[in-house]
Amino acid sequence: MEEINALLLIFIIVCAVSVSLSKTPLSAVIIFMAQSLAMSVVWILLKAPDLGITEAAVGAGVTSLLMFAALKKIHAMKDVPNEKHNKEN
Amino acid sequence: MRSIIKKIKGFIDNGVDPLGDEMLSDLEYTKVTENEVEIAPKLRREPERIKNRKLANALYTVSAIALCFAMIVILTWNVNGLPFFGGADTLVDSEVGRFYIENGLKDTGATNIITPIILSYRGFDTLGESHVLFIAMCAVLILLRSAPVNPENHLQAYDAAMESDEPWEDDILKAFGRVLMVLIFVFGLYIILNGNTSPGGGFSGGAVLGAGFILYLNVFGHSAAVKFLNFKTMQSVTAAALVSYSIFKGYHFITGFNEIESIFGNGTPGTIFSGGMMLYLNIFVGAVVSMTMYSLFVMFRKGDF
Repeated sequence: MEEINALLLIFIIVCAVSVSLSKTPLSAVIIFMAQSLAMSVVWILLKAPDLGITEAAVGAGVTSLLMFAALKKIHAMKDVPNEKHNKEN
Repeated sequence: MRSIIKKIKGFIDNGVDPLGDEMLSDLEYTKVTENEVEIAPKLRREPERIKNRKLANALYTVSAIALCFAMIVILTWNVNGLPFFGGADTLVDSEVGRFYIENGLKDTGATNIITPIILSYRGFDTLGESHVLFIAMCAVLILLRSAPVNPENHLQAYDAAMESDEPWEDDILKAFGRVLMVLIFVFGLYIILNGNTSPGGGFSGGAVLGAGFILYLNVFGHSAAVKFLNFKTMQSVTAAALVSYSIFKGYHFITGFNEIESIFGNGTPGTIFSGGMMLYLNIFVGAVVSMTMYSLFVMFRKGDF
């Protein structure tokens, strides 16, 4: 158990550093998501399942979705080819 | 203006595209470099300003690094003062924690000790948190509203605007979404309803439910989601939940302070209907949180109401 805990903590630190070093905002958000997911497992290992569920739902889920929506709004994300739009054009 | 263009140039060189469609074309790029040559003599006339700016930038960097290290030192120093994790005598010097553990089950009848702390002993804080969420939702609504509002039928105008931005039709996504959505909704409801007997509660369950609504919107599109969740239902569910929470909590405060027997009782510990009114409070908090998450996403997605 100790080893898994240490591994997860190292993973979290690596993620936190690489978020600020990543070149594109999209990859930063995805790394942030992975960090939140590891953090939720750490909460459960620390015997705080309440926090684990909340971290997984809010940190990894809703926050990242909001950031994706914001990235799409400022066009920082490459557009997915939209079938409907292609047909119209 | 020139500095802004230079900044954008720097972003593009670093592989970041902050403005997307408004990216500089090659033609404009050369124009910028020509302008630079024209403006250059002007710049040479005020070297003081540039010097000051460089000094300010260096100061900013140094102070940011110093602040970060100061925060690291302060936080690490404070962690040393915390009680040892999982120690047998950790709770000896914490009167509040010991009180909760010794009297929590007897006072409230909930087996998950976190829930009575959040909803009963510190229910006033949770009431404030729910209102903060509601205010955050209103603030995002005010800030992100970009379309001209037609007071007569702006709800219909909003729905029409949303329909133009339907997601990509994908059969695989739809097939998986149908299976996943049932699991997510059932899990969210389970967390809310079992908040007083097992880990979870209104906030985490509501967040899971909200994520489920967002998944539904992304998989089946706005035209399907608006059939059961439009702006009006969102607002009325949130307002009704907040008002009911306040009324239930007010009743709880009155009976608790005057030591009157509450009509909810404590129930049998371990069952869903235990812990007095905690089940209902969890449902209200869950409704507020899920609606807030969903509406935040809707507003970030389209940006107008």
